[in-house]
Amino acid sequence: MKIRTARKDRNSGEVSFAKKRFRFSDWLAEKIIKMVAFLSIAIVVLIFIFVFREAFPIFRMDVKDKANKEVLVQESYGGAGSENSSVKTSDNQVDNSNKVQASIDKPSSTLLTDTWMPVSDNPRYGIWPLFFGTLKVTLIALLFAAPISILAAIYTAMFAKPRVREIIKPVIELLAGFPSVVIGFFALMVMATVFQDIFGYASRLNAFVGGIAMGLAAIPIIYTLTEDALTAVPKTYIEASLGLGASNRQTAFYVVLPAAVPGVFAAVILGIGRIFGETMIALMATGNAALTSINPFESVRTLSATIGAEMAEVVFGDTHYSVLFLIGSLLFIFTFTLNAIAEFYIKNIVVRKYQSKK
Amino acid sequence: MNNIKVKVNELSLRYGNNLALKNISMDIPENMVTAFIGPSGCGKSTFLRTLNRMNDLIDNVTIDGEVYIDNLNIYDKNIDVVNLRKKVGMIFQKSNPFAKSVYDNIAFGPRINGISNKGKLDEIVELSLKQAAIWDEVKDRLFHSALSLSGGQQQRICIARTIAVNPEIILMDEPASALDPISTSKIEELIHELKRQYTIIIVTHNMQQAARTSDFTAFFYLGDLIEINKTEMIFSNPAKKQTEDYISGRFG
Amino acid sequence: MKRVNKDTIIESVTGLSVLAIIFIIVTILVITIIGGWPNLNLKFLSEFPKDGMTKGGIFPAIVGTALMTLIMAVAAVPFGVITAIYLAEYANENSIIAKTIRFAVKTLAVVPSIIFGLFGLGFFIGFVGKNMDSLFSGGELRWGQPNILWASLTMALLTLPVVIVSVEEAIRTIPKEMREASLALGATKWQTIRKVVIPGSVSGIMTGTILAISRGAGEVAPILFTGAAYFLSDLPHSLSDQFMSLGYHIYIMSTQSSNVDATLPIQFATTLVLLLLTFSLNGVAVVLRYRIRKNAK
Repeated sequence: MKIRTARKDRNSGEVSFAKKRFRFSDWLAEKIIKMVAFLSIAIVVLIFIFVFREAFPIFRMDVKDKANKEVLVQESYGGAGSENSSVKTSDNQVDNSNKVQASIDKPSSTLLTDTWMPVSDNPRYGIWPLFFGTLKVTLIALLFAAPISILAAIYTAMFAKPRVREIIKPVIELLAGFPSVVIGFFALMVMATVFQDIFGYASRLNAFVGGIAMGLAAIPIIYTLTEDALTAVPKTYIEASLGLGASNRQTAFYVVLPAAVPGVFAAVILGIGRIFGETMIALMATGNAALTSINPFESVRTLSATIGAEMAEVVFGDTHYSVLFLIGSLLFIFTFTLNAIAEFYIKNIVVRKYQSKK
Repeated sequence: MNNIKVKVNELSLRYGNNLALKNISMDIPENMVTAFIGPSGCGKSTFLRTLNRMNDLIDNVTIDGEVYIDNLNIYDKNIDVVNLRKKVGMIFQKSNPFAKSVYDNIAFGPRINGISNKGKLDEIVELSLKQAAIWDEVKDRLFHSALSLSGGQQQRICIARTIAVNPEIILMDEPASALDPISTSKIEELIHELKRQYTIIIVTHNMQQAARTSDFTAFFYLGDLIEINKTEMIFSNPAKKQTEDYISGRFG
Repeated sequence: MKRVNKDTIIESVTGLSVLAIIFIIVTILVITIIGGWPNLNLKFLSEFPKDGMTKGGIFPAIVGTALMTLIMAVAAVPFGVITAIYLAEYANENSIIAKTIRFAVKTLAVVPSIIFGLFGLGFFIGFVGKNMDSLFSGGELRWGQPNILWASLTMALLTLPVVIVSVEEAIRTIPKEMREASLALGATKWQTIRKVVIPGSVSGIMTGTILAISRGAGEVAPILFTGAAYFLSDLPHSLSDQFMSLGYHIYIMSTQSSNVDATLPIQFATTLVLLLLTFSLNGVAVVLRYRIRKNAK
């Protein structure tokens, strides 16, 4: 057989494989597909940039919406000393502004205070009460949702007969299909009244009502992920345990549950993330008052509800606007971190755990 | 005496560090049926897949040596693999028709090659199905889903589909192992017919099938080519002891 | 004997949890139906609100929701499908790029919906819209404000992960043998995707689209300040108009309506409409997904 090297062969038959053909549509398709896929990364980066961008001015900013800036008191504004344009404009207001001025604080200095009062002569942007409110509501929601979801998942994964499981799972996942505005409506109209009748407290809409309602929104997440984690435990573990004479209950609690802990942990974390960022239920059921008491039956204001309630009323670009974006940035960082923990924790702990068993 | 269609020269294949094929050399004659036999895991399917470069789809595979088809080394870096596969078709162990109609399955290849004229496509479909000896069974069901056919019929659809692209070599990886005896014998008859036009290479774990259908047989063991010869010789008077042991069922 | 008691207690407690959850779901459904059913009729669905929202129907809210989810789907589905194709067919699972894209998709899935609203405000309205205005209308305010286009695009970002996950799942159920058959016939990778993979994942694409629309119809936070309005006398005529939406309507009406007695029935009825809408969409998607998984086996 005469051997030849692959080169352009003009005389070969209709289909020659002698020369590598460049197929334009394949090349183009691949390029476009890759570019579009990159979009998801680009979007996350863009969200990062644009949300933080609108929040950033707060740290360089003087109070813009009240024309009370003075050259005299430049020190109390500190900062980089920029934004001088607004300082020069109000020379003619030197007299009466003196009194008011003393009590107008640099916005960024009020961020860590106890008062959230953005609409006033002396705006205070203390984020702390909002944060406290969010924590309070999240805690109540978690105390309600986590146990009930995990227990229900245990029943579904460990005790229920297969046919029953086929029914329970989709029904509970149905709860995930309730838009949060519907749950909020239900909380506002029905739950608030019912709870007030039972517990007899003063504020009809408070952290308790909001918390329970948000728990309802979190139940499907915690339930589904926990059930997945439980069913992902290798059957061999269960069989080994039952084979040693353990009961279903003992197997569930001493073998399966411990093995599924990382997954359950991740489920709870993601549930927390959901509750932390939930807006509509908070807007409708928590009372929207930035109070910081321990009493669960007092109204609260959450971070996301604040954004939701006030953004529509705010002037584009002013201090209040920037603070709301700042809150958004914090929420973004928080949920991003929570997600990263859940992802890497699961990947590292779970993978290591199961790989070593092989 | 027939021409040599495929010439393999010192071909070795590694999965990572694991040497799966060891320095295989052989000549495969044109328009004949060559069978690869050997116990499970001996590398015969892997070797078959080197002939149309389907191993390219697997990560971590390294290949040394050459495979010459029509005097061209198909492992040359200038080779167009896509066109190669039009020349060297493959039938898989488990039949895999597309989830489309019988007609669209057969027309798939021609359509990729740019043929869109309905008349021409009809012609090719009919011809291919006739060559695959299944035209009469499906001519009234051309536009039904190919998945509604029986296993044996599906495999013949796959053969027709491959023929429609007008290959010169057809590789068959245990084509009848999942089929009942009647379908199997239909396929074996088909192979006998097809070799007039195509060069056929078939992998089989069924020795009797190799004896029935092939002109040449190659015996593989643990990645080595032990022996290749005319089928009558392999089965009546093998040169190597290993071949004889396998044939007489001492291991397998 | 003691062990049996413990077993039954645990089984009962966990079983009760299941019942409790189901009880809550049923309660919400029943109360919504009782409150809303009396008002639910063709007139309600086809009329505009009247008398300061105390009478009439929610037709513009239905239309607004439909239009918004339609634009959203047109934006999100192609990108979602292409990204899913990349992840399933082109990406090398161990590459940093693939892992980063997956992480980005998961991140988008857990970001609170209000953040998307902020992004819509800061990026679409404050950046894209504003620049469009300076470029095309000489600074006159047209695109640099809330409207149905920006609201839909904002919602598209939120539902993108939903589409990607559904479509990728469907693509992965196509057996490797089918791709091999195509390649063995001399098809290129792109031809294989175009002629075998995509046609085979159509039901997954439909599932993803339906789930995205269901989600988009129900979320309110992203459209609070990117385009939704409470009372508009007319339907949106162009992409730069605002729109009414079922979810937003429920929110405003229940928290800010002046005449609660008169609007309460309408609130319940609107909630019922939204619930029926999302449930039926989800139901269809679940059935589709079940059929996909059954075919895969």
